[in-house]
Amino acid sequence: MTEPLLKVEGLKKYFPIRKGLLSRVSGHVKAVDDVSFYVNKGETLGIVGESGCGKSTTGRMLMRLLEPSEGKVFFDGKELTSISSDDMRKARREIQMVFQDPYASLNPRHTIEKILEEPLIVHGIGNPKERKKKVRDFLEIVGLSSYHAKRYPHQFSGGQRQRIGIARALMTNPKLIIADEPVSALDVSIQAQVLNLMQDLQKELNLTYIFIAHDLGVVRHISDRVGVMYLGKMVEVAVSEKLYDKPLHPYTQALLSAVPVPDPNFVRDQILIKGDIPSPSNPPSGCTFHTRCPFKMDVCTKIVPKLVEVEPGHSVACHLYGEQAQQ
Amino acid sequence: MSARKAILQVKGLQTSFFTDDGVIPAVDNIDFSVHEGEVLGIVGESGCGKSVTSLSIMGLVPSPPGKITGGEILFGDKDLTKLSDKEMRKVRGNDVAMIFQEPMTSLNPLFTIGNQLMEAILIHKKDWSKKKARERAIEMLKLVGLPRSEELMKDYPHQLSGGMRQRVMIAMALVCDPKVLIADEPTTALDVTIQAQILALMKDLNERLNTAVLLITHDLGVVAETCERVVVMYAGQIVEEGPVPIIFKDPQHPYTKGLLQSVPDMRFKKQRLYSIPGNVPKPGSISKGCRFAARCEFAFDKCLTENPDLYQTSSVHKTRCFLYQNQEVLAHDRTLIES
Repeated sequence: MTEPLLKVEGLKKYFPIRKGLLSRVSGHVKAVDDVSFYVNKGETLGIVGESGCGKSTTGRMLMRLLEPSEGKVFFDGKELTSISSDDMRKARREIQMVFQDPYASLNPRHTIEKILEEPLIVHGIGNPKERKKKVRDFLEIVGLSSYHAKRYPHQFSGGQRQRIGIARALMTNPKLIIADEPVSALDVSIQAQVLNLMQDLQKELNLTYIFIAHDLGVVRHISDRVGVMYLGKMVEVAVSEKLYDKPLHPYTQALLSAVPVPDPNFVRDQILIKGDIPSPSNPPSGCTFHTRCPFKMDVCTKIVPKLVEVEPGHSVACHLYGEQAQQ
Repeated sequence: MSARKAILQVKGLQTSFFTDDGVIPAVDNIDFSVHEGEVLGIVGESGCGKSVTSLSIMGLVPSPPGKITGGEILFGDKDLTKLSDKEMRKVRGNDVAMIFQEPMTSLNPLFTIGNQLMEAILIHKKDWSKKKARERAIEMLKLVGLPRSEELMKDYPHQLSGGMRQRVMIAMALVCDPKVLIADEPTTALDVTIQAQILALMKDLNERLNTAVLLITHDLGVVAETCERVVVMYAGQIVEEGPVPIIFKDPQHPYTKGLLQSVPDMRFKKQRLYSIPGNVPKPGSISKGCRFAARCEFAFDKCLTENPDLYQTSSVHKTRCFLYQNQEVLAHDRTLIES
């Protein structure tokens, strides 16, 4: 076993709800509630879940773009959660992020050259000549041309902009890339191009990815291991083949069966789960999924199930499995 | 195969946008028909003209800059493109209804659900009493699977979740028993578990009420799951049309093939995704030749100079590609098929 590159322990983010004249805190939105996981060097961890499950909040907390309410993040043996914001800025050289919206994440008033050069300036890498050369090199690496450097973001299509976003993330030679819904704004044919690019870059540059997305097909394609989140909690983590072929958590089962498959002859038992996702400001007691779960038991409404490894490389937080471990 | 009657026929439709950069034909000479009680899908990537097609049918193309510049849209014996605004209002919601992608923005936040549902009824059924309209509205809310429908009548849109709002939109669209329901990306803004609920509801209503559905989507999975026939659009044209089982098993047009191969499949891991090189051409930038030629791996000289027709390659299958020109069913046979 290789040492994990990133390790997360008991990560929490509670957003206060303020009410009244004195804006007293009347409650909390538990966006992320006690999440732990790790990512090994060179692998891709996919994080899936529906809107509001806390997957993006988790990604932002890893980079401390949002301060965690509780919990620890270890990167390459260093604890990131306790260091000063100055040191954190330096640490971000090795952790970079790719965002969802290629239209909103590039400054429209800067040329591509300026956008790509900026991370190098921030981290004091190279002299102007070297930096310009690196910008051109990386444009080629992500499949654009060096003459694109003088253009502005509006002159590019969505797919090209996402390539620029990826190039920007790569400029500082990071070890870990957190990609938050990097292809969900793109059409399928362009999505395939960007996914292939990300896989090629991973091999060439020995990158580690955390890939956050809601599209289960995309996540399976790119991930070695996958974590499923529901209402701020990690409900199941497994090697991707295991998770997709033999999902254990009832939520994962329902989620997988709900995805439309592009094959009209494909027959399956669709599990239609009833109702909507409860509000994270007032999550159900016990297991947060019990309000929609077809296998609900008495214990589910009272005790929060822990994420337990039920077989090597497959963990699940559900009372149906590993009761022994609960005691 | 489909002996059912066509209730909505689109013939040679051309919808153009008059912009500062010239006239842009967003939809360029398309033909298709929706048969009684079927679910027809229109699939394509952004900018292919699928939404403009649906807006043209409803007479909702923003004008200016948009305008229907050619062709006809036949509903029964009425040509919808020739109707006055007043006549069109009678058709809209009554004969042909539409639901939109954004359930958040298509309901008026200032009025209650009941108010908005009853408005739709009372506009078309002038002789109905308010009480009767109210009963009908409650009945529709029950039909789309919303619990506590009586109380829901008094709720405002912001009190409902995205999935519930989309159910209300469907109830509103079906309140006057339309013959055709146009659904433009009805589940794109929804989470997958909610999407599954809404698609199941639409299929169920299609079977129970025999309302034909024209489903516009970019998601091939949704098409495979809900539609009987599908029309594939690219750069304002129809490039392929046929029954869903045939198109997914044996796609003919290189674009359809590429599209199907580029979707990551959740059931197994592909080593590498196929990707169509290049980008969708900007509308109006194509001068001559096949619109897909620049991205097509099979393109030959003819593709760059001549625009292929939509060839009828079997009784139910049409493809716009020179590779299938010689497979075209003879004109004689075609008249047999049509009769």
